[in-house]
Amino acid sequence: MPLAPDLSRRAILQGGGALVAGLLVAIELPWAAARADEPEPTGKRFNAFIHVAPDNTVTFTLPAVEMGQGAFTSQTQCLAEELDVALDKVMTVPAPPDQANYGSPALIVQATGGSTTTMAWSGPLRKAGATARAMLVAAAAARWQVDPASLTTENGVITHAPSGRTIAYGAVADAASRLTPPKDVPLKDPAHFRLIGKPVHRIDTPDKVTGKTVYGIDVMLPGMKFATLMASPVLGGKVGSVDQAQAMTVPGVRQVVVLDDLVAVVADNTWAAMQGLNALAIEWAPGSNAGLDQAQLWAGLEKAAQGPGVTAKKEGDAPAKLKDGTLFEQSYELPYLAHAPMEMTNCVVHVHDGGCEVWTGTQVPGFAQAGAAKALGIPPEKVTIHNHMIGGGFGRRLEVDGVVKATRIAAHVDGPLKVIWSREEDIRQQLYRPLYNEHLKARVENGRITALHHRVTGGSVMARWLPVAFTNGVDSDAVEGAVDVPYAIGNRLVEYIRHESAVPVAFWRGVGPNGSIFSVECFIDLIARKTGSDPLDFRRAHLEKNPRALGVLNLVAEKAGWGTPAPPSPHGARRGRGIALMNAFGSFLAAIADVAVNDTGDVRVTRLVIAADVGQVVNPDTLEAQIQGGATFGLSTVLFDKITFAGGKVEQGNFNDYRILRIDEMPVIEAHVVPSKENMGGIGEPGTVVTQPAVANAVYAATGVQLTRMPIDRALIAKGA
Amino acid sequence: MDLKINGADHQVDVPDNMPLLWVVRDVIGLTGTKFGCGIAQCGACTVHLDGVAVRSCQLPVGAVGGRAITTIEGVGATPAGAKIQKAWLDLEVIQCGYCQPGQVMSAAALLAANPQPDDEAIDAAMAGNLCRCGTYVRIREGIKHAARA
Amino acid sequence: MRRILTLIAGAIIVVLGAIFGRMILQPGPYGFAGGNRVDLASYKGASPTGVPAELAAADPRTRGEYVTRMADCEACHTAKGGTPFAGGRPFVLPFGTIYTPNITPDPETGIGKWTDAQFLTAVHKGIAPDGSRLYPAFPYASYTRLTDADVLAIKSYLFSLKPVRQANKPNTFGFPFNQRWLMGIWSAFFNDDKRFQPVQEQSPAWNRGAYLVEAAGHCGECHTPRNLLQALDQRQKFAGGQAEGWNAYNITSDRISGIGAWSNDELAAYLTTGHAKGRGVASGPMHEAVALSISKLTKSDIAAMVTYLRTVPAIRSDRLPQPAGPAPASPKLASIDNPVGKRMFEGNCVACHAWTGAGAIIEEARLTGVRSVNDPTATNVAQMILNGAGRPGTGRPYMPSFADAYSDSEVAAVANYVTARFGAAGSSITAKEVAALRRQN
Ligand code: FES
Ligand code: FES
Repeated sequence: MPLAPDLSRRAILQGGGALVAGLLVAIELPWAAARADEPEPTGKRFNAFIHVAPDNTVTFTLPAVEMGQGAFTSQTQCLAEELDVALDKVMTVPAPPDQANYGSPALIVQATGGSTTTMAWSGPLRKAGATARAMLVAAAAARWQVDPASLTTENGVITHAPSGRTIAYGAVADAASRLTPPKDVPLKDPAHFRLIGKPVHRIDTPDKVTGKTVYGIDVMLPGMKFATLMASPVLGGKVGSVDQAQAMTVPGVRQVVVLDDLVAVVADNTWAAMQGLNALAIEWAPGSNAGLDQAQLWAGLEKAAQGPGVTAKKEGDAPAKLKDGTLFEQSYELPYLAHAPMEMTNCVVHVHDGGCEVWTGTQVPGFAQAGAAKALGIPPEKVTIHNHMIGGGFGRRLEVDGVVKATRIAAHVDGPLKVIWSREEDIRQQLYRPLYNEHLKARVENGRITALHHRVTGGSVMARWLPVAFTNGVDSDAVEGAVDVPYAIGNRLVEYIRHESAVPVAFWRGVGPNGSIFSVECFIDLIARKTGSDPLDFRRAHLEKNPRALGVLNLVAEKAGWGTPAPPSPHGARRGRGIALMNAFGSFLAAIADVAVNDTGDVRVTRLVIAADVGQVVNPDTLEAQIQGGATFGLSTVLFDKITFAGGKVEQGNFNDYRILRIDEMPVIEAHVVPSKENMGGIGEPGTVVTQPAVANAVYAATGVQLTRMPIDRALIAKGA
Repeated sequence: MDLKINGADHQVDVPDNMPLLWVVRDVIGLTGTKFGCGIAQCGACTVHLDGVAVRSCQLPVGAVGGRAITTIEGVGATPAGAKIQKAWLDLEVIQCGYCQPGQVMSAAALLAANPQPDDEAIDAAMAGNLCRCGTYVRIREGIKHAARA
Repeated sequence: MRRILTLIAGAIIVVLGAIFGRMILQPGPYGFAGGNRVDLASYKGASPTGVPAELAAADPRTRGEYVTRMADCEACHTAKGGTPFAGGRPFVLPFGTIYTPNITPDPETGIGKWTDAQFLTAVHKGIAPDGSRLYPAFPYASYTRLTDADVLAIKSYLFSLKPVRQANKPNTFGFPFNQRWLMGIWSAFFNDDKRFQPVQEQSPAWNRGAYLVEAAGHCGECHTPRNLLQALDQRQKFAGGQAEGWNAYNITSDRISGIGAWSNDELAAYLTTGHAKGRGVASGPMHEAVALSISKLTKSDIAAMVTYLRTVPAIRSDRLPQPAGPAPASPKLASIDNPVGKRMFEGNCVACHAWTGAGAIIEEARLTGVRSVNDPTATNVAQMILNGAGRPGTGRPYMPSFADAYSDSEVAAVANYVTARFGAAGSSITAKEVAALRRQN
């Protein structure tokens, strides 16, 4: 999901000029030039995204991948809307690695994430569809010797109403593709949309409901072998020695591959490989992180957070205002988190003839290609990536460590090899959401915050993942929620301190705003409570100039019945209602959570109401699903989740100790959408971001205890604690 | 060893303690049944044995005996399975879809045994199926929708 | 007045003396068998000591390893995830934590410099080479029955292992429990320092069983309750004790509270594989005992243990009722008012154990009829939830630990739900008790 709109805006507005131009050129390129490395299919390709076959089959090559967020459908809606074809006549395939054609206008590189698909691609895809349609119409007009303006299109058929003639797209595809693509084709008037803005059925679900969808983990190739692996349990450790004797006696085990940092067992099936791995006697050389533990990681972060940091945003003179008056100060700490998508890391690799083929689901096909190439010491062109549906990304598949490890193993194996990680390996060897320390200090005058100092300390994903976006020592993602607060405050200083530990960090659903917005929203509740104000009124007082933020806040308050107490619940005598507001990814969301807390501190969220203003919507049904899904993700996070280290090893390993919310713990979720003509905003992540502070604030309201280190520590809110 | 899967007979030569999940996926090649945890905590691997939902990741193939195995590829042929699949499409329950074969199998077994499940029955039958995408709200609606169909 | 006081004092002394006397003057571990106990040398019958006949011709290392397995040294002398026999495993006792020592042949941190005589003295008398007294957490009062030859066979096996340099951890006992010399008094009372004496009237199998159970296997250390002086109360022999926070159940031949209703085959299966159909799975310390020791014994030795166990007199424990039978399949059991427990059970447990408790997938997952589920303290159920059993992906039954992600109150709730639904009498274990169990692990 990751990546921040701040970056996306910059990419489009500033550095993005060349990229957009490159994209337009790409759209205008004929198929053969754009994709010279692949055999030309029958039929004609109009641009990098659209291919029309003589039998009228239309194939869309989609730049953003599908991992559950509905991107395939929304992109197809955009293309099909302008091309005037029916959704059920369209085939969709994911794009191969090809930065020139499919590099994201928002993310610079070819990547799907950061809730950017719609904002990045809806424009270019509509333009591609409209251009192809204009060419088809022009070809038909030429054939019939009529004025193109007299032709209409619908469902892949061109009609000349005066003469009653019709012709299918397939019949003129060849002629059309020889025309020079017109420039500046007008886009449809939204009033005439048939697909955009409509809750159309998703195109990927029919196969998913019958088990036909082939995720990366489902790829089957003739002669394929299966492997599973184990990397050093201690971060950064190496393999000392391996005794293979027992493993080789397991029926079906073929080979043990020992690399410097990991061991893999190759077998006739995954089960045999797992048994083989269990039977290995491995001695690890744990290296320098053997003493690493969580207390130390927290302490290191806290020490780094003493500041000063690099300025990310400055308005007025916050430090001067924060010298005296009524001051509030608090730090909030957020844990490492694993993505734990249901489809664990896996990859099929076949190294042969000086090159290699990779079958996997990736959010970054170009990185996957480069990673495999580097692992083998061959040029990227020699690596073919076959991208697949992803069984949940959440940022995990923005990383290609799974591809690289599989390739390194496959290099020692004859024939294609499927490498599947166990769930334990997946949780213990991930890259994690950074540990954050968010320090806030505010001055309050006459019921308003008049100065705010927010210092964000943590590991930087951006610095590693997209160095160009790590400018002047500031991680634009980590500070986004602090920089773009919706509230009018006046004097503000936002600082960033990069503090890396040995733990590798990655984007994670909700990215930076998960930390910065969580802390701002909790801090506001702290001040409201301490100054005897109502948390809703207190927020409203800072929002006169922000109608979209005020709009969602008022809507959520009305729908949830703010001001009335949370209803009684069998789950606990202490009840509370909490509110939170979010402005990130180009969207505005507000949430109200009701919680019940029992005497031993167990928290049950009983109801969640969310109001969203995400600008124009491509698919309202997907929007609702993403709000529900994002919120559920946030619930697991705030209630249960943390990754901790002891002796340099991750302590969690599977769903018994990395807890995911279950259906019987699920509250009612009500999503309300504000109709909006504003620019399209992202929606994959906001639900996750806004839910967490709403729940934390509800727990605060219920117990009178504000928890400042996540997840909720039940011991601290047990009765009488 | 002889297995009856989705009405067809399969002969496999595998050790008795191999979990059915891997027999179905790797040996027979029916990859609709998913691996999610391997420890009976997520439900992604759910199949039916004589109509009862079980976790195939913890089921030694040797314990199957003559019981009929139904996987996601075959559940559409049962009345409850067909209803659930249709409800899932009608309500767009699915997101990434990886957990959904398991969800559909658990829901179909529930519906076959209890044609009008209430919330408590849905919780009891579905709580073992995790969904990281968070489709629970719609799963609940989907089962009720299927029950009405 | 003074006389009365003197009389009272005298009476108290007499009563205390009687109580202490009763604690101290215990019947022998197999005193119940009667008959004539004779020295090994004069016993007529196959030798009950050493390795079984099948292994008589094996090489010395194999024989040494077998005897080491019989005495189950590895379980205690290995830390979680540590190198076998290198020690460091904590035992949380009421007066502090004791760590087992390194018994690999490392000369500095292990027992590499020990002579045969020193080793014998330690194992038989509980006295270390430096003369200091060992705590009876080391079961020398049982091991004292091992023959010299068997003790030295263990030593030579240990000396064949790779030396591991791992310093011993000091225990955390405070005064007066840190006064090791007090153990001298303890041993004077409770360690008779006598080698095994077979009972002439019993069968060779019985005598072999007695040697395995009493001398090597030291079963009573967990299964026999202890008195105030921390000595085994042999009058309550095998009526159930404690082991690292787990209940070690009654293994007398009582049909209701003990194992009297188990068939020989069930007993043998349980001892060999850690599981007998309908009888549950060996978990916690018993799982280790089976995995590291009993399961490695020959069929004839298992049969001998069964023969011996069968003769242990029945003792009824009031706190262990007759296990309940199968439970109804419906999750709707209005009488169990435990929504948290039900929720945990439906999410985390049903997949393997089933709503009927009969086990959804494998027999090992059956809950009904199992002793721990019918134990109204729910101690072992809570321990199972906290600790789990086994490892994933091994092809053996595995249950994950739920300790990290679930709170004490949740663990207590699900334990109480399980006993109420599947047991003879529901439990009411509290979050506090669960917290105490966590500290034991
Ligand atoms: S894979 Fe079987 S329950 Fe998770
Ligand atoms: S739909 Fe993605 S895990 Fe359930």
